[in-house]
Amino acid sequence: MAKGRVEVLEEYCKSCGLCVAACPMKVLRISEKINSKGYRPVEQYKEGCIACKMCAMTCPDAAIEVYKIEDNQ
Amino acid sequence: MKETKIYERPKSWKKGVHTHYCPGCGHGITHRILCEVIDELGIQEKTIGIAPVGCAAMMYDYIDVDFCEAAHGRAPALATGLKRTRPDQVVFTYQGDGDLASIGTAEIVHVANRGEKITTIFINNAIYGMTGGQMAPTTLVGQRATTCPEGRDPNLAGYPMRMCELLATLKTPAYIARVSVAQPKYIIEAKKAIKKAFEYQISGKGYSFVEVLSNCPTNWGMQPVKAFEWTVSAMMPYYPLGVFKDFDKEAE
Repeated sequence: MAKGRVEVLEEYCKSCGLCVAACPMKVLRISEKINSKGYRPVEQYKEGCIACKMCAMTCPDAAIEVYKIEDNQ
Repeated sequence: MKETKIYERPKSWKKGVHTHYCPGCGHGITHRILCEVIDELGIQEKTIGIAPVGCAAMMYDYIDVDFCEAAHGRAPALATGLKRTRPDQVVFTYQGDGDLASIGTAEIVHVANRGEKITTIFINNAIYGMTGGQMAPTTLVGQRATTCPEGRDPNLAGYPMRMCELLATLKTPAYIARVSVAQPKYIIEAKKAIKKAFEYQISGKGYSFVEVLSNCPTNWGMQPVKAFEWTVSAMMPYYPLGVFKDFDKEAE
């Protein structure tokens, strides 16, 4: 299965939680940090992202970037 | 180990802007889909959007194409003028249910009947969002709003308007579809429908109309995830998804 990584652009995140609900692998959560607008941005807190882009697809603020990790071996 | 970026902010989404929408609002998702479609079709330089009155009134700040701001409900009339004077441009209107189904009903019916070569994106969230949660023509029977605190009573206000079905009785429109942005599987379909609507306009087939079932967490009084669950469980049975009119299928 493909491996991936999620990068949240914390300043744009409004902690609505749609990505947390959409993630099939449940690797996202709302963090304890606070951004300049006073929202708690989402973070990827464990390994297991499969780069399916469902979080990015549901994000109303386009605050999520998805990377696909390929092993060279 | 090699990392490749497979998803980033769309190019036609203005850089560095924060939207004013409430957390979890379907407007943001629809804007993002629009940006992705504009990028994929490569029409950023020749697209003119018509912003509505409503929550999306300031969408010209978010999408990096030319924009005009229309009076309440009059976006189709403005789009008609723009498209007829500049037929080489891609013109779309983006309207909410208060704008399109209430004050702008005459405009939308006639622009569809004339078959103007424009695209309309219609956001249906069953309530007036910006003005504070009043009853809209699309509010469901029994749904509470500030102007119907006991829930919508069909004896007083009639039944909710199904705009897709209404416009699909006309002969002229080329493409009429209802989609949703409630969950990833619906978002994929929504993007396909919006892309098709723009392609129909570009190839000159005629008027295209896409209704998007959305949410309003603030005025429904729900968490965003719960609100989208309500879109699926309460709105979709009354507003079935699907394609109601398709020029290509009729031509076969």
